[in-house]
Amino acid sequence: MDHSTGSRSSSGEPSPLVAVVRALTRPDLGPLVALLIVTAVFAIADQLWGRGFFATQYNLRLVLQTAAIVAVPALGMTVIIIAGGIDLSAGTATSLCAVVLAYGLEQRLGWPMAVGCTVLTGVLCGLLNGALIIATRIVPFVVTLGTMTMFVGFGSLLTKELSLTPRKETYPTWLHDLSFANLSDLGFLPVELIPLSPVVAGLAAIFMAVLLHSTVFGRWIFAVGSNERTARLAGIPVDWVKLVVYGLGGAYIALGSLYMFSKTKEASANSGIGLELQFIAAVVIGGGSLSGGRGSVIGTLAGATLAAVIESGCIQLGLGTPTQRIIIGVAIISAVALDKMRAEPPEWLSRILPRMSSE
Amino acid sequence: MSQSTGREARTASSSALLSVHGVGKSFGPTIALSDVSFDLAAGESLAIIGENGAGKSTLMKVLSGVHRPDRGRMELLGEPFEPRAPADGLRRGVAMIYQELSLAPEMSVVDNILLGQERSRWGFLRRSEQRRIARDALASLGHADLDLNRPVGSLPMGWQQLVEIARCLAAEARVLIFDEPTSSLTKQDTERLFLAIDTLRKRGVAILYISHFLEEVRRVTDRYLILRDGAQVASGELDGIDDPGIIRAMVGRDIDDFFPTVEHQRGEPLVSLSGLSGVNKPHEVDLTLHRGEIVGVAGLVGAGRTELLRCLYGLDQVRSGEIRIAAEPVAGRSARSRVRQGFGMVSEDRKTEGLAQELSILENCTMSYLRPFAKWGWLRAGQRRVAAERLAREFHVKAYSVKQPVSELSGGNQQKVALARLANQQAEIFLLDEPTRGIDVGTKAEIYRWMGQWVAEGKVVLVVSSYLPELMAVCDRIAVMARGRVLEVRPTEQWSEHELMELAISSS
Repeated sequence: MDHSTGSRSSSGEPSPLVAVVRALTRPDLGPLVALLIVTAVFAIADQLWGRGFFATQYNLRLVLQTAAIVAVPALGMTVIIIAGGIDLSAGTATSLCAVVLAYGLEQRLGWPMAVGCTVLTGVLCGLLNGALIIATRIVPFVVTLGTMTMFVGFGSLLTKELSLTPRKETYPTWLHDLSFANLSDLGFLPVELIPLSPVVAGLAAIFMAVLLHSTVFGRWIFAVGSNERTARLAGIPVDWVKLVVYGLGGAYIALGSLYMFSKTKEASANSGIGLELQFIAAVVIGGGSLSGGRGSVIGTLAGATLAAVIESGCIQLGLGTPTQRIIIGVAIISAVALDKMRAEPPEWLSRILPRMSSE
Repeated sequence: MSQSTGREARTASSSALLSVHGVGKSFGPTIALSDVSFDLAAGESLAIIGENGAGKSTLMKVLSGVHRPDRGRMELLGEPFEPRAPADGLRRGVAMIYQELSLAPEMSVVDNILLGQERSRWGFLRRSEQRRIARDALASLGHADLDLNRPVGSLPMGWQQLVEIARCLAAEARVLIFDEPTSSLTKQDTERLFLAIDTLRKRGVAILYISHFLEEVRRVTDRYLILRDGAQVASGELDGIDDPGIIRAMVGRDIDDFFPTVEHQRGEPLVSLSGLSGVNKPHEVDLTLHRGEIVGVAGLVGAGRTELLRCLYGLDQVRSGEIRIAAEPVAGRSARSRVRQGFGMVSEDRKTEGLAQELSILENCTMSYLRPFAKWGWLRAGQRRVAAERLAREFHVKAYSVKQPVSELSGGNQQKVALARLANQQAEIFLLDEPTRGIDVGTKAEIYRWMGQWVAEGKVVLVVSSYLPELMAVCDRIAVMARGRVLEVRPTEQWSEHELMELAISSS
């Protein structure tokens, strides 16, 4: 964004090798590099031992579609985590939103009304979390653990503990297209096979990135998560920042619920249980720190995609769900371990590598 | 050069920038600050000097808006100055550089400098303007070359401090308060800081500077104000007073406390340290502790006294050197093995480290040594309770039951529980870090008596304290530490309080 001033500030050009190593170990690009490496490994393994289907355009398109479903709510989780919070209710809030959408469609409110109610529900869920955290001063973990169960309850009231499946004529075609269409189907681009869902997720990500990095509010989010006392000292309205952050997280959850419904065309109140952990995993793999102050949009997108790549790769190689889960678990821990090592290299590592951070 | 410009500034603006009249503050029955008055003109610099607990921090907190004074008034540029919160003070131009820096470590230099005062249009950051302001602020401190994009957490301490000062400049602060700013700086960083302060004064910023180090004070300021027990005991031009005079004003109090002593005899050496070094502090400490002896450690906050105890007790990593008990090198590196070898430690921080606040007296007394009450891993509740009740009686812990959480006890009673734990674990080598801090006089006397009894039984006590009269009255020998090193150890009768203070302060 500001290349001119950026390059002027660095004194003296580093050697190209150091520059490359530095770029690869930049906190926001690390997850992207990891994603590329893992994808390459699976592609090669699939060529050698599988059916060679993994690296096809068709499969990569599926991977992106799967990733987008997790990525959108995970973006909301990213701001919450950067602000030093956590939202365990994100999974069940997603299914509550989907339930509201399906209920609205079933009641024939018309899709604009139904979608409006869905977004409102998501934002209200987030604001409820934020307000409780501010008012009670209870840690976000506990507050959202409570609301997690509450949201299942709210949803069940609407569904009468059943699964809602609105009829085909009640929802608009775009809601189906969100998950299944290509840009070319909609007449946007002549290119075949660019799916719509990652493009929409990408727009949501760009909005988030601009908010985080180019606005005053974005700086406040980082400040609150990095050092809340400092933020208060600097006159930042800490409580207000928290409230807005959770509300914003709720809006992204609502968008995520549109994806969820679009894919399955059904909604039940408890289908979202456990999803929040996938969102959190995406943020953490993407370099987010649960102690706040760190996290990035690109990282979270890469994290969500990495999980989808591992899933797809394992399927192509004929490895079952158990192996898949073990690999994803290892990925979470190694992502954080590598990141920690980058920040504070252990003695044996700093002896091998040339010192990169020194002046 | 800086001095002359300072004087020019003072004559240029005849009226005071900040004036404080008879300010006082009490916490319950404790008078932390009484009747402090001074004026500060633009470009002027005033040192606030005093021992630990003399009221310096309270004064600074009153000025920066953390505490509100009970008495007196403050004026800024002739208008009443009554900050209700630090953000309030900052808005009026009074900024404080805290001992523990208050930066957002994950954020960049430019973001930290403009934190809370971002320049924007329609909510979008005006990056080039932000960078210009940050660069100007840094340039006026003589450091335009600092990389604005670097996360502040990755900078060395000295540079982080410059960022914090730059933040105050960007906020157009007129009065800057420094609280022990050099305590964690290297010599080079310290010099950089002093140059920055000179520049600030030239620009008309007034400085309040708190420090123990008299050399520093003379380097940075022209005037002083000495606090003792919350009261203003002396003030004037630094040119008109020598170091011994300052020290006399700092420590000159009556020793009216009660120090009971117990007859004891020094025996054979028990613990010896040779060249003991931690990661940062302590540095190459040689010390021998004999049975039947109380050894005191004097020094300023940050001199490495606590770190010495922590290294010895296995809480901090030992980088090099050796610990021997009765000429045998000690086995193991952990606090657990130290407890087995007879060490016992009382932390200076009762709230977060010394005691488990939510747990009962019973749990806290016995947690470090449960073997007498356990059979095959099963706790015998009855025996344990009997033992805890005996300890509570022995140490005069005032509580209605040993089941009472220690958080409900007074500071003195909490400290008794901490000491009772050492008795329960049958400690022979007592490491006590500020054992009487924040404790009533009666309990202090009891603690001194127990220390005497332990050494009379042939045990060893190593005690760290910032309260010199206590060390002088209780210890057989006193070691002085500064900058991580033990400078000198002498029998107590060969020290004077004045000499101790001088050595601790002068050696930088």
